[in-house]
Amino acid sequence: MNEAILIAILVTVVGAATPILLAGLGELVVEKAGVLNLGVEGMMLVGAVTGFAVTTMTGATFIGIVAAGLAGAGASMIFGFLTLTLTANQVATGLALTIFGVGLSSLIGAGFVGQTVTVIGPLFPPALAEHEHLRILFGYDPVVYFSFAMTLVVAWFLRRTRAGLILRAVGENDASAHSIGYSVIGVRYMAVAFGGAMAGIGGCYYSLFLTPMWAERLTAGRGWIALALVVFAAWKPMRLLAGAYLFGVVMTLELHAKAAGFEYVPPEFLAAMPYLATIVVLALISLRKSVGAQAPACLGKPFKPST
Amino acid sequence: MRLELVKRKQPSRPMLYLTPVFSVLLTMVVGATIFSLLGYDGPGAVWNIFFVPALDPNKWQDLGIKAAPLILIAIGLSVGFRANVWNIGAEGQYVIGGLAGTGVALATWQMEGWWILPLMCLAGVAGGMLYAAIPAFLKTKLNVNEILTSLMLTYVSVQLLYYLMRGPWKDPEGFNFPQSRMFTDSQMLPEIGNTFVHYGVPIAFIVALLAWFILSKTVFGFEIRVVGAAPNAARYGGFNRTRTIWTSLLAAGGLAGFAGILEAAGPYGQMVPQFPTGYGFTAIIVAFLGRLHPVGIMLAAIILAISYVGGEIAQSSIGLPNAASGLFQAMMLFFLLATDILVNYRVRFSGVRSGGAA
Repeated sequence: MNEAILIAILVTVVGAATPILLAGLGELVVEKAGVLNLGVEGMMLVGAVTGFAVTTMTGATFIGIVAAGLAGAGASMIFGFLTLTLTANQVATGLALTIFGVGLSSLIGAGFVGQTVTVIGPLFPPALAEHEHLRILFGYDPVVYFSFAMTLVVAWFLRRTRAGLILRAVGENDASAHSIGYSVIGVRYMAVAFGGAMAGIGGCYYSLFLTPMWAERLTAGRGWIALALVVFAAWKPMRLLAGAYLFGVVMTLELHAKAAGFEYVPPEFLAAMPYLATIVVLALISLRKSVGAQAPACLGKPFKPST
Repeated sequence: MRLELVKRKQPSRPMLYLTPVFSVLLTMVVGATIFSLLGYDGPGAVWNIFFVPALDPNKWQDLGIKAAPLILIAIGLSVGFRANVWNIGAEGQYVIGGLAGTGVALATWQMEGWWILPLMCLAGVAGGMLYAAIPAFLKTKLNVNEILTSLMLTYVSVQLLYYLMRGPWKDPEGFNFPQSRMFTDSQMLPEIGNTFVHYGVPIAFIVALLAWFILSKTVFGFEIRVVGAAPNAARYGGFNRTRTIWTSLLAAGGLAGFAGILEAAGPYGQMVPQFPTGYGFTAIIVAFLGRLHPVGIMLAAIILAISYVGGEIAQSSIGLPNAASGLFQAMMLFFLLATDILVNYRVRFSGVRSGGAA
């Protein structure tokens, strides 16, 4: 295999990893605050269609990405209101959000099916971005660098800032955090909104950069893989980055096998690989007894302050 | 004047049964508004999706056919949901059930006999159970989250379906279309009298009634309810969490697989790549809207069937997109979860009755 192909493969891996990294970072923060939002897939789809529609209408990719984030955050507020204010079951509400996102995105996107969109190119000047070798480092669109930056920001926020400490306290012991005067519900609302925005941006990465077009159920279950990544990463941002790239490799296997003329395994098997790999990885990490202990203690439990 | 929520001393039974009705009504009002804002005929959408199929006797057979798989799958899911076992991969178990039954049908091609159809059904149930056994095993042995595993397996099952349709199970006389042979008369569910309704429809309703009996009158049903409602009490009572997880998932998988083969041997009459239509996900809404109770599930399945059939009507009559019924279905679940709070809390206007003890 020659060098050019190797570089091309690396570029597709980065593309596959970026959206699940973004959505996973959002969900990681949500879960650190003690909330389990299973609506990632739905929020990604809402973001994907919004980003596509707005970019098509305004011609500005940046506005489209921001709109996708806002749409994801907006969708997450439905979840937030139901689970945080009305203390509804988080699992059921998250599922409902995914079903809702599938329906809403198909409805909004109906008029955009088959259209293509022009988006901004690489962040760096062509001398670097199109350089034979240096494009491994400089050849990507701004969202890729944004995902790296956000990994560092989330890691720093959770470990080094006072606000991050409060967020973790809310996720580990909501009653204590409440009793010393922090607004458990307020913190969780903000975390859920952040998770929604990140899922929305992750979603629009499919419709704007990877495909780039809109189709129903475009994200094809990647939102659920992002959820699995958070468990895989043991709620640690840097490990999430590694996990996203590991999955990026698995997800692009089908593509590379096809390109290399590899015909010993049916393509359907390769297409099923990311999902099978997720199951295997979840099983393997659960062999370590400590995994359960790493989950935020209040994950998924509703909180109702007794005034 | 200010709204205030006051905890009830015990859950309100009337609210438990009324909130699903509220949620359907709210869905109609809010849905009409949203679709009007989106530039569609909002009231027309609600009329077509919720009322036309129910009022037109020509559509009633269709409602039964659509409700049957939803009932079977939702009954199975409700067992697990009661016990906090979150199997959301019923769609995959439905596909595998359909495939297992199809396997029998293809193996018995050119054979005749009364035994073929029951054997296909058994294979369907077994296929669904085996597929649900994977998340059950991973959950009980390794404590792997069943939500993620069961869902991932759904995507895997769809790829398996595509593979079989494109390759080994492709109809050799089918002009290279990726679909199986047509089932023969011995392999298809007969239709009742001179209707289009296949025998799977009454079977689904009978299964629901059986489930009602089992869940309300047997020790097993009691165990399922206790494990979900009070895990600690259940442990003291000698009820075993591992066994509950296994029974929940096997029941759900078996019924989803049964629904799968009834669909394949009924309306489809063969296996096609378009077989997974989302019944496994819609059944989650049915289970909740029906309050995890077999009778409620039958009613909820009919409402969801109405929204399916109505969605098709609205598509041709007022040009509503296909996705509209899915949106209405999701809204029903949202509103149900939102109004759920009325079961445990009551709303008080603090300005009206001030100073009352909470």
